[in-house]
Amino acid sequence: MSVLVFAENLKGVCKKSSFEALTYSRMLADKLGVGMSAVTIGTVSNIEELASYGADKIYQINKSEVTPFDSKQFAKAIADLAQSIGATTIVASHSSQGKSIAGRLAVRMNAGLVTAVNSLPQEGSDFIVRRSLFSGKALADYKVNSTNKVITVIGNTVPPAKSDSVSDIVDAEVTLGAASINVLETKTVDGEIPLPEAELVVSAGRGMKGPENWGIIEDLAQTMGATTACSRPVADADWRPHHEHVGQTGVAIRPNLYIAIGISGAIQHLAGVNNSKVIVVINKDPEAPFFKAADYGIVADLFDAVPKLNEAFKNVLAS
Amino acid sequence: MNVLVCISKTPETTAKINFVEGGTAFDSAGVNYIMNPYDEWYALVRAVELKEKNGGEVTVFHVGDASSDIVIRKALSIGGDKAVRVNADPKDSFFVAKQIAQYCKDNPQDIIFFGKETIDYNGAEVGSMASEMLDIPFISFASKLEENGESFIAERDIEGGVQSVEVRAPFAISSAKGIAEQRIPNMKSIMMSKRKPVAVIEPVESETLVEITHYETPPPKSGVKLFEMENLEELVRILRDEEKVI
Repeated sequence: MSVLVFAENLKGVCKKSSFEALTYSRMLADKLGVGMSAVTIGTVSNIEELASYGADKIYQINKSEVTPFDSKQFAKAIADLAQSIGATTIVASHSSQGKSIAGRLAVRMNAGLVTAVNSLPQEGSDFIVRRSLFSGKALADYKVNSTNKVITVIGNTVPPAKSDSVSDIVDAEVTLGAASINVLETKTVDGEIPLPEAELVVSAGRGMKGPENWGIIEDLAQTMGATTACSRPVADADWRPHHEHVGQTGVAIRPNLYIAIGISGAIQHLAGVNNSKVIVVINKDPEAPFFKAADYGIVADLFDAVPKLNEAFKNVLAS
Repeated sequence: MNVLVCISKTPETTAKINFVEGGTAFDSAGVNYIMNPYDEWYALVRAVELKEKNGGEVTVFHVGDASSDIVIRKALSIGGDKAVRVNADPKDSFFVAKQIAQYCKDNPQDIIFFGKETIDYNGAEVGSMASEMLDIPFISFASKLEENGESFIAERDIEGGVQSVEVRAPFAISSAKGIAEQRIPNMKSIMMSKRKPVAVIEPVESETLVEITHYETPPPKSGVKLFEMENLEELVRILRDEEKVI
């Protein structure tokens, strides 16, 4: 009856999304009064760090046949491990990997699936979890009726919390299936917190007038320790890289703080960001629709306001 | 090359979202339904491009009642050759995936295309489920798909980057921005779509493992608080001390 969490890694490193998934799963297991283990697939360089996030045991699947990521191979390995250790609830991050395997796992285990869960189950004997729908315009409670359950947990649901105890790390006894795809290359931007994991995001749009003006955005992001993002027209014009595009067709994010600069706030953009905890909008047009979705606003020319806001951050953070 | 494109019907992006019957049902009054944009702009168009190059057939697949015929006709006007509609309420992801898997077992396909997710439930569940039911590879969130001799090379969006993979048919793929460009059907293709066949089939049953017990809309924002240029330090202090987000 235990909980098994898939701790994903990217290029051999477990990141915040995995630490959050473990923290969530520990809380879930304590609530259900059951044990909680984690599984990693492939060589993980920071497995000792992962072992501090509350799992009773970490099962490593680290064989030569392991691919960097193959939903078919991974789902079979996780489902087989779950069966052998008696885990009935599988938790994964609501990430590119987690979303790819969740449906497969649900089919393999005949499990009820809820993706993008944003809270622990409600009190009571039924297993009911909440998630948002319609890009944040609605919330729904999902009741899972089956014994086996698969859930993916969206970022920023619980802050990662270390445990006093350290997990045992053991090798999992599972037979791996053949790879169904061949991973050729994994390209990521080094040294930057990826947008779906960022707590602070500074985002800019067409109001910037051209890619050569992004220095003030990068300066502000650096002062804050924030990740930079952009609106669709900016990505489409190649002013900024494709992976920075947030919105309906780009990445959906839910940081603690989203600062939108020179972005009008079209509904397709809001769909990707309106789950942010606090939204600050800088726009010279007081009628920009984004102000309706914002908590705080500055009606001003961004070329004046952004350097001044940067100074304000420097002064306050130094105080 | 035979490909299946799974399309779903969603309220349009700007639709007002409300619930009725004590928060147990979606209020569809006055809501305009469209083909899910990721299915239309990306999955369908890439499938049609591959067919135009290599021949074969594009089958549009949908689970829904007769009110969906308008989105099915649109998919045919964009370039689908024929359509299959499973005459049933798409009650959950598992049910929809099961219909797709059953059809593909009876009518084998080289590639099954999905959009990256629907814009209503945002679950990205059906592609992964159907792939497992059919025991085939699944490439999710693909921003590129190119032929490479006997195989295909795809690029999939991952956190902060892309991953390129090689895969052989049959496989399933969910499509994101970049894999194709939106196509607007012209009058001739709209007229031709009316003569394309739409088969209506009955569903296979599936177990319901998950149910939605309650819907609600989030509380509205309390209104924006504006700051003048000389008070920006005050804003930063609020973000730090009251909102506690920095």
